Order: sequence, then structure tokens, then C-alpha cells
Amino acid sequence: MQRIGVFICWCGSNIAATVDVKKVAETIKAEPGVVFSDNYQYMCSENGQQLIKNAIKEHNLTGIVVGACSPRMHEATFRKAAEAAGLNPYMVEIANIREHCSWIHKDMDEATEKAIVLVRTAIAKVKLNAPLTAGESPVEKRALVIGGGIAGIQAALDIADAGFQVDIVEKNATIGGRMAQLDKTFPTLDCSACILTPKMVDCAQHENIDILSYSEVEEVKGFVGNFNVKIRRKARFVDETKCTGCKICMEKCPSKKGLNEFNMNLDTRPAIHIPFAQAIPNVAVIDSTQCIKFKTGKCGICQKFCEAGAIDYEQKDTFIERKYGAIVVATGFKPIALDNFNEFGYADNKDVITSLELERLMNAAGPTNGVLLRPSDGEHPKVVTFIQCVGSRDTSGCGKPYCSKICCMYTAKHAMMIREKYPDTEVHVFYIDIRTPGKNYDEFYRRAVEQYDVDYIKGMVGKVYNENGKLMVQGSNLIDNEQVTIASDLVVLATAIEPEPSVRKIATLLTASIDTNNFLTESHAKLRPVESPTAGVYLAGVCQGPKDIPETVSQASACAAKVIGLLAKSKLKTNPCVATPDEAMCNGCSQCANVCAYGAITYVEKEFRLGGGKTEVRRVASVNPAVCQGCGACTVTCPSGAMDLRGFSSKQIMSEVEAICKK
Amino acid sequence: MKLCYYPGCTLKTKAQALDKTARKCAAALGVEMEEIENWQCCGAVYPMGTDEIATKLSAVRALEYAKRNGGKLLTLCSACHNVIKRTNEDMKAGGDIAIRANNYSKFDEPYKGETEVLHYLEMLKNVVGFDNIRKAVKNPLNRKIGAYYGCLLLRPSGVMAFDNPENPTIIEDFIRSIGGTPVVYPFRNECCGAYVGLKNKELPKKKSEKVLSSAKEKGAEEVITACPLCLYNLQANGGGILPVRYFTELLAEALGVEE
Repeated sequence: MQRIGVFICWCGSNIAATVDVKKVAETIKAEPGVVFSDNYQYMCSENGQQLIKNAIKEHNLTGIVVGACSPRMHEATFRKAAEAAGLNPYMVEIANIREHCSWIHKDMDEATEKAIVLVRTAIAKVKLNAPLTAGESPVEKRALVIGGGIAGIQAALDIADAGFQVDIVEKNATIGGRMAQLDKTFPTLDCSACILTPKMVDCAQHENIDILSYSEVEEVKGFVGNFNVKIRRKARFVDETKCTGCKICMEKCPSKKGLNEFNMNLDTRPAIHIPFAQAIPNVAVIDSTQCIKFKTGKCGICQKFCEAGAIDYEQKDTFIERKYGAIVVATGFKPIALDNFNEFGYADNKDVITSLELERLMNAAGPTNGVLLRPSDGEHPKVVTFIQCVGSRDTSGCGKPYCSKICCMYTAKHAMMIREKYPDTEVHVFYIDIRTPGKNYDEFYRRAVEQYDVDYIKGMVGKVYNENGKLMVQGSNLIDNEQVTIASDLVVLATAIEPEPSVRKIATLLTASIDTNNFLTESHAKLRPVESPTAGVYLAGVCQGPKDIPETVSQASACAAKVIGLLAKSKLKTNPCVATPDEAMCNGCSQCANVCAYGAITYVEKEFRLGGGKTEVRRVASVNPAVCQGCGACTVTCPSGAMDLRGFSSKQIMSEVEAICKK
Repeated sequence: MKLCYYPGCTLKTKAQALDKTARKCAAALGVEMEEIENWQCCGAVYPMGTDEIATKLSAVRALEYAKRNGGKLLTLCSACHNVIKRTNEDMKAGGDIAIRANNYSKFDEPYKGETEVLHYLEMLKNVVGFDNIRKAVKNPLNRKIGAYYGCLLLRPSGVMAFDNPENPTIIEDFIRSIGGTPVVYPFRNECCGAYVGLKNKELPKKKSEKVLSSAKEKGAEEVITACPLCLYNLQANGGGILPVRYFTELLAEALGVEE
């Protein structure tokens, strides 16, 4: 005889304000099999859990139903409480009377009636529950970091320092990412390269870190603790083990007109090149779309001059496969394309530039050696106008609805740096709002206004047009309630940032969820901010949402802590709610194996007794419980009804449906 | 194809050229413009007062008539289009204005914004198609032409849903279809000065001259518009920098249906 206990939670007023919790608990007492029913203000609290434990012991409960919030929130909590009282944790069912009931209804009578039905449904299911025991799976003690920007670098260093092997897969020829392109960093104005490149070197020299540059993730199989990843090592046409980084090839290459991506296409580079002076690895790469040897078959000059014999025009993409216990995604961002913002004249005027282009123009290693010269004629700009929120906070559909978060601060930085270096230059900034929360951030912005006399104008810009060689910036000044036009020499657009587009492919490979803006979704916005809902996958940097360097580094270290916690375990508990075939019913048709996304189902030849001493050998499905994720796709596909999911059997689900339909 | 047509007052007086050429071109392109019965002034300016209904009733009547006669209402004057389209959105939204307008009008069944308001340019683009206009052109206009949008067709952009208010393209596409070369210049969506000239003569002069000199600087030989008030300001206050005509006049020239 089943002895079921029911516990209705108020969740403060979250449930109790819309559902008459006492009435639910009272009504449920009459259900067959229910021997105990109570309600409590916070069932998840210490006292609430004690109430459950006591009831299990006092009433010899064989199963419990908790009417509370979503099982995603506290199922684990209540299972633990049950286990502590000696009940199998899988004899616990949650009736979600918060998200599925109180939060979405207004009428108390209706909501109460629905809550009663939901609890009855859970009771119907728990009566058919069977005690389950979690299995175990091993943990591969190696982590994969996708993306070698500051987020990936920090995560890799922290994991490696804890003694675990880490591979960084970077699609470009060098690690360093966006931060390597920046000149100074706010709010301290320290040189970006000076604080980044030592970390890049640390990565290269760390015995536990393997940098796979110019490589991309091709395929991901497996699950937390046991990922199998196939990595494409793109042909760079230079042998990484031989190249010494002497740069003689760059000097001798006759094809020097390739756009220099590292300098935001503001100058050119040879077909064979090392992206920047401090690149890691310090190894050349050939741009085969530009190289004369690849286009005409003739040339080969770099090969002739390379003393190390590193040039290999025949090199092909290769693939490696490795096993990982955890994966960190740190794919970063790019500024949005400005095709939808013709009003700012970016395409038509060389002197309308983006903020990232300005970083290169201000950088000592940039195309102008750090002297601020405007791209059109190489003159010093005397009036520089910044336009903030270009494509950010955009409700017209041309840009992004979100705040890019970093622009107010870097624009203040740019404005200040220009005024510092060139005090005779006039600097204007158009802004919608100034958003500078953060330690020493508002002080930084105020310095731009008060100390450096930067002219901040509250209002948006309508258009930028060229008139007699001047860039006329026409905008509104909302404080003075007038239209203003500023004749400028250089216009800088604080362009919105978006996730690096390759993140979509990565998300698909990892079955990690992504939002409408292509940001990867965290498991819980407040409580699990660095974990993807896909177990074993962690998120660092802008791939998860706009953020600046300090925040990115914090998040990367948080990811590393999570990864270290995972890799430190010798075994992982596996979910016992996996598919199991009834071999007597299975006819070996393979349909379940075809729909299984995880490759958990194989077929075995098995001998069955038929009676009378006769036997027969049949082909039947076999599920690997360590690989099965319990999604249930096979159970609904099986034509003979042989496949069932533990904890969610067809019988249990039908009994729930019956409970809902019963008047 | 037959479409209900709302001409408006100006097209019967000062802007007869706009009305006449538009009708001829439409006929040549297989669209019959049927002037709706007993139309009255649209109100000329969309009233911002939230309790104002009297000046919207004429638009509501025209819209309700079109609902019973094909479901589409063709407009030509930018100001009429702005008032009628925005009033139609009010009726769709079903708020206080819609309730009061219906109570007053006593239609057989309440009007709920069912009519589709179609500007002549939208008709050319979506009903006739610019590709078909290109085929019908007899005299391609091999000249550089600047499109002047003004404000009323584009804004408020959410309600008008006419084109991107900052970077519109429909008139440029139209110019291409009649064999001309569109000249994109920064002031093509800037205000001409509108009615402010009644009080302050200097302002429309400043604004209109700016528009025309901007177009001229970018190489335009003439400027076209869909709005009688814009045309007036650009011609009367634009300092004669460039000739200004209605877009339908150029369409008539290209189609060979001029008088």
C-alpha cells in the first residue's frame, strides 16, 4: 500500500497570493493513498525541509509530492531532503504550482482549482515511481577553451594553474583577440598590450596549455565529463614547428596589398604575415586568396628566403580528435556592420570611422604609429566629434535593442586621450544617456568633462554630411532645445557590438541555447551566470552578453573555478532516468537508434529461451546509460512500445493525463 | 484594377498638375483611380490633441467608404496621406477616438481600420511594380534627379511604415524605373520649413535653400517631390537653385502621356 505525503509551499506570496494553499492541502487529504498533507510558507527553507523529513519518518511515507516552484529550481533540494530521511530521491515528484499556475493566473478560485489538479497529477505519477539509483561515469581531466581572446586566455591559465590540461582553439592565426587591438584600457588607462601580452606568453609557456591557433571546432559528441571533439587545423602553409618568426618572408613577399585585419583594414600587409609583433604563436600564415604562388603558380619567393624551410604550399587542413571533460566558450564579439546607418556617412567618408578603428589610429603599433591623423589626407583633425549609441539601444530595427555597455566608457577614454595628446583639438560627444556604473567609472567620465573640457551634448545625431571638406554633424541638443551642427574633421562612431557570428555554429555543435541577439544563454541569470544549460559547457566574455575587460576576466575566472570543480571529481553521477528497452517486445527495427541524437543506442544479438528447451537468437536494442540523456525521443518513436524511460514511463505519463482529465 | 482615390483640396487648386499627371499615368499603367464621393478636407494637419475628433471625421468617412468599395484607399498628397494613415491607425487601435468617431458617424457597422491606405508611390511599387514601369517607359529620362521626401511620408515612421526614415529608397527606386539617375544627398529627408513661413519667412527660406543646394552639390539637375507644400516652399523659398517638380510629372514624361 502506497503512503503518499503532500507538501504545499506558499513561496511567500508568490503562490499564496493567488492560490488558496490551505484549501489545496485540505482537499488533497481526501485523495486515495495520501496519508499526510500540509502547507508551509517556504518549503525550501531549513524548517520546510525538516517538516518533510519528519513527515517521511513519522508517517512511513513511500513517496512525496511537493507543490511548489518549477522542478528546475528546487527538485534537487527536495530529493536531497527525502534521501536524508531515508526515502529514495526518485520517489519525489514536484507539482509546479508557481510558474505553471500562480504566476500566470489572476483569479484565486480558478488558480486554486488548477493547483489541486496539478497536485493530483503529480500524485498519480508518484504512485507509479520506482526507486532509482544514479550510475557513475568517468571524467576526462582535460578542458577545451574555444576562443583565445582575454576571456579564453584567463580561463585557460586558471584551469592550467590548477593542474589540468587545457587546449585553446583559436580560429585566427594568433591568440589575443580584440584586447590585442586596443590602445589603452579604462578606467586606469594602462596600455592594453602591456597587460595582455604577458598573459599570452604565459599561455604559450604553460606546460598544461596547448594552443591550437588557426583551428576551428568541427564536431562535438559525448556529454559532460566525456566530450569527443573534432578540431580542424586549417592549413597556414607554414610549418608551425619550423617557423622562427624572423619575418624575412614578410619583407620579401611581393604581394603587399592585402588589407590588414588587425589594423581594421586601415593599412595593408603582405600575403605571408604574422598578424602583429607580439603574436602567439609567433608564426607566419599565408593568405592564399592573396598569395601570387596560389593565384598563378609562380613566385615562391618566401620559400626561397625562409632559412628554416618552414614554407609548405602543399599543406592541407588536418583534423585531430581529443577528449575533454569540460568546454569553455569564449568566442567574443565584433562591431556591427554599418550598412543600415547610411545617415552617418561611414561608407562615403573616409574620416567617419568606428571606435575600434580609432583604437588602431591611436596605437603606437598602428598604421600611423600612434599619431592621430585622419585617414583621408593624413592631417591632424582639429575638431573631433563622437557619436554614441550607433546601433545600440535601437528601437527602429536597424541596429540592436540592447545597450553595448562598453561605449560610454571607451568614448570618454578616447575623448580624454585626444585632449591629453592634442590640447588644441576640440572634442564633442553626442550621447543619449551616460552609463558609467562600475568602480571608478563615473569618476573617469567626470574627469573627461571637468578636467579635459570635453563637450558632452545630450541628443542624437540625425546626419553627417560633407560640406566644403568638413564633416557636418547635425544633431539635437536636448538641454538647450535646439538643433546643432558641428563642423568636424573626424567623426567617430561608437558602434554597437554583437557576438562573433561563428558562435551560432559553435552553439549548434554544443546544443547550447542562444538568444535572439545571438548571445549564448546562461543557465540562470542570477544564480548560474557562467554555465550554459548544457551540462559541462561554460560561458566567458561577450559571447554571453556585452561586457568590458574587468567583467570578462571575472567571468572567465568564474568559469575556470566551475571547470576545476568538475575536473577535480573522479566520477560524475549520471541521471538514472534513461531509456530501457523491453527486450521481449523489441523487434530490432533500428528506429530508436536512428532518432537518438546522442548515439546511445546500439544493437546486440541475444539468445532468448522459447520454452521446451528451444532458444532463438534475436537482434535487440541496447542503451548505454552513460550516454543516454533521457530525452525520450526513442520512446515515442518505438513502433512496438518496447522502449520506456525510467522515471517517465508511458504508464506514468498516461496516469498523469488521466488525473488531469478526471472531473 | 480600380482603386478608391482621395485627392484632397490642394490637388483641386494649386496642385492640379500632381492630380492630372497622376491620373493619366495610372491609366497608362492599368490602374483606374476612382475619386470617392463627397470627400471633404482631410484636416490638413494630424491633430496631436488626444481628445480631438472633429477634424478626423472626414478621414474616417473616406476610409469607411473605401472599406465598402474595394478595401483600399489611394492617396497622393503627402499631407492627406499622413492624416488619413494616422487616423486609420487610431481606428485600428480601437481606443477613445475610435469609439467616439463611430458613435458620431453611425455607420451601418462600426469602422475598425479595415481599409488599407496606399500612397501613390506605394501603389507604383507594390501594385504596378517598378519592373513593369521600366517596361512601360517610352522616354527614359537620362538625367540626374534628386528625390525630396520631406517629413510627412516618412514620419512618424512606426505608424507610416513607408520607408526607413533616415535612409529611404523608394523614390530613388522610382527614379531608376523611369530611366533617371537618382542623386542621394543628405538633406532629402529634412524639413522644408512647412507652415512656419506664415509666421517666419526666414525659416523656410533657410531650410529650402539648404535642401536644394545640398542636392545641387551632389550633382542633381532637378528635384522631385510628392508633397504640394514642399513643392511650394522649395519653389517659392528655395532661391531658384534647382527646378522642382512633382514626381508624377516626370512619370508622365517618361511614359509619354504628357499633354
